[in-house]
Formats: sequence, C-alpha cells, structure tokens
Amino acid sequence: MSRSSSSLPEESISNKGFVAKTFIAFLVFGALMIVGWSTFKWINMQPQEAGALKPLRKTLDFNEKVFSGIFNANHLVKEYPVSQAVKRVRVNGMDGLRDSVNEASWRLKVVRAAGDTLQLTLNDIKQLPKKDIVFDFKCIEGWDQVTHWGGVPLKTFMEHYHLDKQSKMNYLGLVTPDKGYYVGIDMPSALHPQTLLCYEMNGKPLPVNQGFPLRLIIPVKYGIKHLKRIGTMFFSNNKPADYWAERGYDYYAGH
Amino acid sequence: MKKIVHKHPLAIRWFHWFNFPVLTCMIWSGLLIYWANDVYKIGWNNKTLIKFFPEDFYKALHIPYHLAEGMSWHFAFMWLFAINGLLYILFTIFSGQWRFLLPNKKSFREAWMVLLHDLHLSKYTPPQLKYNAAQRIAYTAIVIMGIGSLLTGLAIYKPVQFSRIAWLCGGYAAARAEHFILTIGYVLFFLIHIVQVIKTGWNNFQAMITGFEIIKPTVQKASHE
Repeated sequence: MSRSSSSLPEESISNKGFVAKTFIAFLVFGALMIVGWSTFKWINMQPQEAGALKPLRKTLDFNEKVFSGIFNANHLVKEYPVSQAVKRVRVNGMDGLRDSVNEASWRLKVVRAAGDTLQLTLNDIKQLPKKDIVFDFKCIEGWDQVTHWGGVPLKTFMEHYHLDKQSKMNYLGLVTPDKGYYVGIDMPSALHPQTLLCYEMNGKPLPVNQGFPLRLIIPVKYGIKHLKRIGTMFFSNNKPADYWAERGYDYYAGH
Repeated sequence: MKKIVHKHPLAIRWFHWFNFPVLTCMIWSGLLIYWANDVYKIGWNNKTLIKFFPEDFYKALHIPYHLAEGMSWHFAFMWLFAINGLLYILFTIFSGQWRFLLPNKKSFREAWMVLLHDLHLSKYTPPQLKYNAAQRIAYTAIVIMGIGSLLTGLAIYKPVQFSRIAWLCGGYAAARAEHFILTIGYVLFFLIHIVQVIKTGWNNFQAMITGFEIIKPTVQKASHE
C-alpha cells in the first residue's frame, strides 16, 4: 500500500471553526432528512390512479416503456419435458367464470373493426396447427408451477384469419363472456411465438376452472394476463381496460 | 485548537444516508410482496423452527393484503437503490477509496483478531486505518450483497429477458429465495452495525455526518466504525 493511500488528511482548526463546521453539517443533514421524509409523505398523499399512488403509477408506466423497449421476441421462455408438468394445477381465481358455459353455444368473437365481428367455434380453432408448451407458469404472488398447455399460437391464428392490419395495432384486448374479467396485452407480447389460444391442459380439454373452452396462455407475462374463458378479442391503439391494472397492479406485467 | 482527520468524503456520506431510507423502503415493500406467497421457513421434515413470518409480525406491521401497493413502491424505488449503489461503486473506484474498503491478504486473519477484541476475549488491538479488517470484509460484503439483490431481483422481475441472470441464480424459484435471504442479511448487518456504532461512540458516529473526526491526543487516531 502506498503512503498516500494509507493516511487520511489531517487538519488543525480553531474551536470556533470546529463548532461551526459541525453545526452546519448537522443542519444540512437534518434538512435533507426532512426533505426525504416529506417526499415519502408527499407520495403517500397523492391521489390514486388505477389503484396505485399517482407517482408510483407513473413510474410503473415508465418501467413499461423501458422493459418493452428491451423486449425481444426471440427470447423464448424455457420449455420443460412433459414429465415435469404438475398434475394438480393451481387455480387462483374464478373472476369471469361464474356463469355456466357450453361448447355448443360458445363462440370466440373477434372484433376486426366496429360492426365487423368474426364468430368462431372451438372446432374452427382446433383445425389450426396445434402447439404444446410445458413452461414455468409464474404468478405475481410469487409462486410458480411447471404446467403443460396446448393450443394454437396466437400469431398463427392471426395470420390464418388475415388479421394483418389488426396485428399492426398497439394492443390486443380480451374479455370474458360475462365481461367480469378483461386484459390488455401489448402486441409484441401477444405475437410472441409461445403465446397460445389454449384449449388443452395436460393433454385434455381445459377444466372449467382453468377457462374452458378457450383461454390465453402467454408465458412472457405473469398469470394475471392469462385470461380464462375468452369471449371477445379486439384490437386497439390505446390500452384496453385491464382488470388487475385497475386494481393497482402493473399493466405490463411482463417477463 | 482542535486536530481533525477527514474521514468520510461528502459523496460517501451522501450515498450512505440516501441508501438508508431507500433500502428501508425496499425491505418494507418487499415484505408486502413476500406476504402473498410466504413459503420460507427454517425447519426439517414437518417441524418448523422459524416461519417467515409469524402472523403476529404481519399484523403488527400491517403487512397483509398489500401486494399491489408493495409492488408499486418496490418497482419505483428499485431505480433509486440501483443508481445510488452503482454511483457508490464508481465513486469508490475512481476516488481511490476502494483502498480503505477492500479486504487484503491480511484482512481475514486480522478480522478474527478484531472479533476476539470486540468480544473482550483478547486485549490485543488490531491495526486500524480508516476501517479495521472486519469492517473491510463487512463493507465489501454488503456491496456484493447489493449487487446480488439487484441481479436476483432482475431475475425475478424479468426472467425471460434476463434469462441468463435467472440461470446464473439457479432458476426463478432459487432467485426468489436468494433475494429473500439477502434481505435477511441486510437486517442482520443493520443490527450489528447499530450495536457497533453505539459501542464506538459519538466521535465516530458524527463523522458519518460531518465527515471529520477529532483526533484526541491520547487515543489512537481513527476508531471503530
């Protein structure tokens, strides 16, 4: 160790100077602590915007800009062998599933434009090329589960039904038939190759509590975005309403 | 006349005191998030020694059912924690302050002597410049822990975009556990730190605010914390 780095600078000062220096330092320190505390109090006093304090909601929106900026459709979610998928899949909410549903009368309504709605049966969707995915499903609550799903990639679906103009819009919205649950998805995440319109779990038709007949599986998002029992699909350049984002959660909720 | 020694540069005092409330906010908001899936415990088989955390602890701190609130604070203050921490590291590198902080070859042996001295098991006072060997290890470890929190945090927050970081952490679930353990580490660090600061006394403590310490003619120049 060199001499210069092994000693701290020393100085002789008058008693008066010492008292003044100490006093000023503590004054500035106290003032900064008050500024810090007031900032915290100020944030806490701000009105809420969509269930979150306004400055924090603004930061969540800023985070969305940052992290959707680095989103890369080539970054794939890790897939697992089917044998690793759990048999007892966790059910974490029944919002939007409280009405009864039957396959014969159910239709997927795709709103191509105002007054132009495509109506599809489950069979129509099953005609498209199927993809299976076994991935680590993650909930914002902090738990995760390796689960096995099957369906048609949303990207394939949109190409098949010539939804090219729609796929150039900023967002895709999904709503349950009873309108009790709804999500908005940014288009790059919706068109991610692992995003599925899903009708199978563990190789069998979806159970009712997992969104029979058709749900969204979007591995690049937290569970809150994996809407169960899709009724209507629409496209928009503005953020579609989102159930949990209205209740204080991050709109983007992406990985 | 008084003789003083300039111990802590202004920048380091700023980083220290800015980090304190920010880290407190991160730990508090982290608790609000953790509560939603509070699976960690110390125990074996069906026997639980310590559950993180007992119901009374949650209730006393008003933790339950604030997941969304916790996330909104956590994902805002993460920027302040990360930026302040990175600036601190850059400052210590470019100012040469790292020389006072990084442990060297002798530090690990000396740290043992510091421990014995602090526990009043040995009368030998280990050499002390700005920081003694135990402090060098502790203050370097806390920086590594900070980097660890940042990396494990990113692995939980964006496990696909930062899949390499998640892989380094041993996967998503492992990253979450590591993130939690590091937080417990901060709390333990804090408790020891406070005890040591109180033990060492006013002259040492006030230096973290004023930057300088009085050199008492009879006492060794730099003291503990």
